[in-house]
Amino acid sequence: MESEVLIEARALTRRYGPTLAVDGLHLTLRKGEILGLLGPNGAGKSTTMKMLTGNLAPSAGEVLIGGKSLREDAKAAKRALGYLPEQPPVYGELTVDEYLDYCASLHGIARKSRPEAVASAKRDCGLADVSRRLIGNLSKGYQQRVGLAQAIIHRPPVIILDEPTVGLDPIQIREIRALIAALGRNHSVILSSHILPEIQAVCSRVMIINRGRAVYNEPVAAVKSAAFGAIAAVFRQLPDARTLETLAGVRRVLALGEGRYRIEVDGNADPREAIAGAAVDGGWGLLELRAEAQTLEEIFVELTSRDAALAEAA
Amino acid sequence: MSNILNIARTELKRIFLSPLAWAVLAVVQFIMGFVFINLLVDYANNAGMQPDDSIGVSDYVAGSLYGFATILLLLVMPLMTMRLFAEERKGNTLVLLTSAPVSITEVVLGKFLGLLGFVLAVVLLMAAMPLALHWSTNLDWGRVAAGLLGLFLMMMAFGAAGLFVSSLTREPTIAAVGSFGLLLVVWLLNILAYNDSIPFREVFNYLSLIGHYDSLRRGIFNSADIVYYLLFSGLFLWLTVQRLDMERN
Repeated sequence: MESEVLIEARALTRRYGPTLAVDGLHLTLRKGEILGLLGPNGAGKSTTMKMLTGNLAPSAGEVLIGGKSLREDAKAAKRALGYLPEQPPVYGELTVDEYLDYCASLHGIARKSRPEAVASAKRDCGLADVSRRLIGNLSKGYQQRVGLAQAIIHRPPVIILDEPTVGLDPIQIREIRALIAALGRNHSVILSSHILPEIQAVCSRVMIINRGRAVYNEPVAAVKSAAFGAIAAVFRQLPDARTLETLAGVRRVLALGEGRYRIEVDGNADPREAIAGAAVDGGWGLLELRAEAQTLEEIFVELTSRDAALAEAA
Repeated sequence: MSNILNIARTELKRIFLSPLAWAVLAVVQFIMGFVFINLLVDYANNAGMQPDDSIGVSDYVAGSLYGFATILLLLVMPLMTMRLFAEERKGNTLVLLTSAPVSITEVVLGKFLGLLGFVLAVVLLMAAMPLALHWSTNLDWGRVAAGLLGLFLMMMAFGAAGLFVSSLTREPTIAAVGSFGLLLVVWLLNILAYNDSIPFREVFNYLSLIGHYDSLRRGIFNSADIVYYLLFSGLFLWLTVQRLDMERN
């Protein structure tokens, strides 16, 4: 059964004067999904996020959050939304408690349940020790966490995070990632990042945006299990590369020197087992045998630079 | 409504958490106290000179002291309003309000209401000076109250205009200079009225911020003056809402 759609963006377009920042973007996010937005600088990630959170009116298209139109019923739509912009929107002169209490009140949490909401948001973001500190005196990492706490304090079904791990130390990054993964079980999360492994570690789906268009939109599992087109192998002594080509499923063998070979395969064939067997039988001294799966990084570079090359050619 | 109050409460808290508000209150109170004592000494020296007692101490307080206060507040209010939106924009905190389920009108009214809390503090300090005389002389409290009400309304109008200018820019200092300029121009509109060759000079005289305070200062409570200040504030609040709404597009 398909779970309910929480965010739906239809043909989202945004122009800044003559510049087309986002061009006919479609986006659908279901409950329990974590969508990673990737893209080079200036691709339109932040603009997309601003439109999804109602901070920027789209030039064309529509955003529905939990079935409510952001244009026609902005309040109801925004109630279902938590947003952490690139820079955490925190007031330096307030303490963490005062600030979070204010955020809770802005999101319509009743006075009685506010302390509980503040406490649980602080617990989730590891802020319990700094409750009474002024936000202005906290480090960048802690301010980022306060921003995150602000986005989740009302437990919204949809959480939108613009580069949430910027400025954090590696341990904090791990904690925040774990937190996002935990949030993703019950909420829908959209997350933008420059850090590809982060997207791969946290997200269930990846969308790559380039020049305002979605050029890739697949589950992360698809990246991981993508059929590989080549095998990298290292032999201590391979008498003749051509013997490899006689194996079933091998299309071509390229010698890369120093015993390294790149073995291209036919279609969906997987000749790794046969290669290992042949290597043992022939005593080739097999040192390494590995499928060259296409990584997210390769997909990203391919999609974003191909477009740039096309644009230059045009 | 609860959104407006929540925003107003936090805004007022933030105003008084900054040293600026305390510095402004201290300086204003020092200068006003200085003028107040001067006026009292002046009054004491002239006492008995007028046989019919036509000028009382209330004239000095409500008339001269509060008249002087308007000039001081014209200088000071832009400093209090400059941060309201400009600083939020500069610190990227405006997003907190614009992505929360509150309307722009609620945000503007909330901030304005918070500012009125500060205005009220100024008015209370202004009331403290004649109050100090209460035990030693007979004051015309109705007249003093009219003067204080006038001050409140005038600061409210200053605040609304300053709020609007603050929503135009991301630099608090530019907002301060801009709203000071705007207020001074509206203030001085009545200069045009002195010149006979200018058409519609009565209109300019009527639109000037200062004229409507004069009658209140004299203790005349004319509802037209009250309505003028309310309309003036309403206009600029409406403009602020329009301006912030435009920003999304």
